[in-house]
Amino acid sequence: MPFQSQTIEINGSKLAFQRGGKGEPLLFLHGTEGLSQRPQFLDDLAAKYDVIAPDHPGYGQSPTPEWMDDVSDLAYTYLDLMKALDLRAAHIVGHSLGGWIALEMAVRSQERIGDLTLLAPAGIHVKGQQKADIFMIDPDEQARLAYADDKLGAAAAEEANAVKYQDIAIRERIASARFGWKPRFYNPRLGRWLHRIEVPALLIWGDSDRIFPPAYGPAFQALIPGAELVTLKNCGHLPHVEKRLETLAAMQTFMTR
Amino acid sequence: MKVMVFYLMPYADLDQGIKDKYRSAWIVLPNTYFDPVKGHALYNRYLDELELCDELGFDGVCVNEHHQTAYGMMPSPVVTASALARSIKKGRIAILGNAFCLRENPLTLAEEHAMIDVITGGRLISGFVRGVGSEYFSLGQNPVYSLERHQEAHDLVVRAWTEPGPFAFEGKHYHFEYVNLWPRPFQQPHPPIWCPSMGSRETIEWAAHPHRKYVYLQNFSPRVAVGKYLNLYREIAQRQYGYEAASDRIGYGAPVYLAATDQQAIDEARPHIESLFNVFLPKFSEMMFYPPGYMSPESLLNVMQLKKANAGGVKIEALIERGIIFCGSPETVRAQITEAHADLGFQEFLCMLQFGSMPAELSVKNIRLFASEVLPALQGLNVGDYRGFELPKQAAE
Repeated sequence: MPFQSQTIEINGSKLAFQRGGKGEPLLFLHGTEGLSQRPQFLDDLAAKYDVIAPDHPGYGQSPTPEWMDDVSDLAYTYLDLMKALDLRAAHIVGHSLGGWIALEMAVRSQERIGDLTLLAPAGIHVKGQQKADIFMIDPDEQARLAYADDKLGAAAAEEANAVKYQDIAIRERIASARFGWKPRFYNPRLGRWLHRIEVPALLIWGDSDRIFPPAYGPAFQALIPGAELVTLKNCGHLPHVEKRLETLAAMQTFMTR
Repeated sequence: MKVMVFYLMPYADLDQGIKDKYRSAWIVLPNTYFDPVKGHALYNRYLDELELCDELGFDGVCVNEHHQTAYGMMPSPVVTASALARSIKKGRIAILGNAFCLRENPLTLAEEHAMIDVITGGRLISGFVRGVGSEYFSLGQNPVYSLERHQEAHDLVVRAWTEPGPFAFEGKHYHFEYVNLWPRPFQQPHPPIWCPSMGSRETIEWAAHPHRKYVYLQNFSPRVAVGKYLNLYREIAQRQYGYEAASDRIGYGAPVYLAATDQQAIDEARPHIESLFNVFLPKFSEMMFYPPGYMSPESLLNVMQLKKANAGGVKIEALIERGIIFCGSPETVRAQITEAHADLGFQEFLCMLQFGSMPAELSVKNIRLFASEVLPALQGLNVGDYRGFELPKQAAE
């Protein structure tokens, strides 16, 4: 199913997104690795859904508006996007930073949200559970740590090292730091409002996630009413890449229920 | 030319074996390696040596700020500057610099600098820096906002030093209802502001702006980079702002080591300068020095290109060859600095006369030799000895 690149103006700022497939609307919110390389996962989803995958401001083809400071600004931007595209009962699928955005959207308004799939989301902090400091380590080390499988990790590290000083890689690191530096990838006030989530929520976590420890899965589950948690074996921080079929299968069960 | 002595105050007693056990002497090196008893001796030794420099006729002493590292023991240069405020009788005391933008409230530093300026009767130089990249890890501020916060903190502090209070400061990062500094600084309108930098174009453009015309200081860099950035200041002043930069706005700092002969100087300096570069300086990762947003993508690419050319320069011969340090007999070093001045016209020179693991017997010997054999000649250099600046036909990157 072919994807098309589009742009839309939201709150005076240009937002680029890819859209492909037919069916119920599905909004995919990427993590810090961006969408320069569209994962096969999205093509698979486009076989059944109308997939909308924006570049967050500062990533890919979306510029950063002057006023944009934090994930709260991103959440309102995407609620505005859903309204502008008139998405209703949309499936929201968010990975890592994108999962955090999805949660910030949901505590603000679930009017247009059907359900939430959260792949190793950021957004909260559990005392004593240190996340990897992706800003301290070099891009190749980060890429290596993102996989449970050493061979996949080594290949990803080599690729990350080759492109680390390309303009887009530098800009996307800046965007990641804008949203995730202080404090590291969480909002101290988010946890206390997650009880507001009334739509079904599925959490998927790799049991070998070395970026966000798997202990975050149960912590989120305890905060989001009725949330399900699926833990994938021998899987790192990219469940939709490293264990794509298992991730799709878990989502299929959840989304068609 | 004015010549000041610049101390980093490294933890010189550091176990040199740490380089095999830890990736960096910054942030990740456990502070159990710091022995407070040795630290006590070191601080007092360094302060004594700076006071000796004042007695021997240097134009001032310089201190700076680094956090969570054995590389420099001055997380607060205000403390060292304060300790020197009554013992440095003649020279200037330069804080090069303080990272105002790393503080939640930069006014506390503005107050402290004003106090030192008043106590010394107006001998403070106030360096405004953003801090090296690793400080954004040690102090936690977001590097993406570093430049914005730096400029806003500067505006806040200069207004606090110069405008009658109380007034409200309404910024993006800083908003204070009451700004009313007691004491006001001694120097009017305010202490001289210097901008030490590693060569980011944003900093040079900002420092050279006609409203500021601050001293730009290039420290600790290969000679080719020093030339590039000092000339970039002059070029930006002329091409972008339409004025000719005065040579007293241009500063250059480097480690200097002297002995009777070139070979003796190299032999004596070797373990200490090599420890500086191989033990004290290495970072945990490239990202630790250049975190995201700390520099614009363009500046980052420029810096990384220069850095590539520098890779592997960890032997003293290479450091001398590339002009990162001046090392040799007094005649050799005097000639080298005189030639650099003729070429680049800096009217402020900062010499780092202690570095790395260098013990007191060598640093004091170095200070005395420099003061008697090199200092008078350098202090005699003036703008007439500069060959002058020629605007390149094509704008620099």
